[in-house]
Amino acid sequence: MKDYLVLRVIAKMMIAFMLLFAFYVQFHGDFGPGGGFQAGVIAAAAIVFYAIIYGLPAARAVVPDRLVETMIALGVLLYAGVGVAGLLLGGNYLDYFVLHANPVEGQHRGIFWVEAGVLITVAGVMLKIFYMFAAKADNTEDGA
Amino acid sequence: MVLLAMLAVVTVAIALLRNLFAVVILGGVYSFLMATVLVALDAVDVAMTEASVGAGISTVLFLGALHLSKREEMKPLHKPLLPLLVVAATGAVLVYGTLGLPAFSDPDAPIHQHVAPRYIKDAPRETGVPNIVTAVLASYRGYDTLGETTVVFTAGIGVIALLRRVRRRKPGGGA
Repeated sequence: MKDYLVLRVIAKMMIAFMLLFAFYVQFHGDFGPGGGFQAGVIAAAAIVFYAIIYGLPAARAVVPDRLVETMIALGVLLYAGVGVAGLLLGGNYLDYFVLHANPVEGQHRGIFWVEAGVLITVAGVMLKIFYMFAAKADNTEDGA
Repeated sequence: MVLLAMLAVVTVAIALLRNLFAVVILGGVYSFLMATVLVALDAVDVAMTEASVGAGISTVLFLGALHLSKREEMKPLHKPLLPLLVVAATGAVLVYGTLGLPAFSDPDAPIHQHVAPRYIKDAPRETGVPNIVTAVLASYRGYDTLGETTVVFTAGIGVIALLRRVRRRKPGGGA
């Protein structure tokens, strides 16, 4: 796909908007449809799109494997960490209202970090699965 | 009704086709139709997930898997009569089960009387989040969402464990 000029230019234009849309879905999830799951998938889709147009090595240079693997674990840890923070501040596990003097503000804070955790894990897993399949396909092509 | 008819047509086409590439693309079509059905049911959050996960990422992953395998499905070795019988019987039991459900969008149905009124009444005040779906998902049902995230994490780890190429040293070649 590397030789198609139109695809390359359009992809370059669209990927910025796709990532921006992912963050819109993430941070606007309080007010409209959306949240960590959807935003994570959209962000991963932007990188997958980049990999399809510019090739897997280019995408791996932008989002290296090490970062993706760290994201997979980091998201779950962040989510669970919000729960532990609630415990340390004197509430139950995953109680958000203790995170701030104002309970409603605490809820906001808790939901924000929890959704961030979901985003990081989902985007990481989707990218990792795509990387693994794509790398495998490249290998078989070389081998054949 | 039109949407459901289109869903049925796509499903039959998926079952009949032997070209797996066409099946994958039709799977994406199915997901987009399903997302439209969910929008019609006012479940925009679920519709968004269906469109992005079902039609977007799944299609790409299926295409990736297809790249590793053959394009055409093998002819089945057995006649499909027994599976057809099982599927028809299961479907009939499920349809029989729906007869006992409350009528569609019945406000007195148990699901609308249990915790839903409390969420609708108190969620905006308690969490300050206008989208009740987000409030329920991340706050009231935080444990469930933590579990879901862990499921996604486990799926990722499973794929890594299955597909990562282990470079074993050849016997005699090293320590």
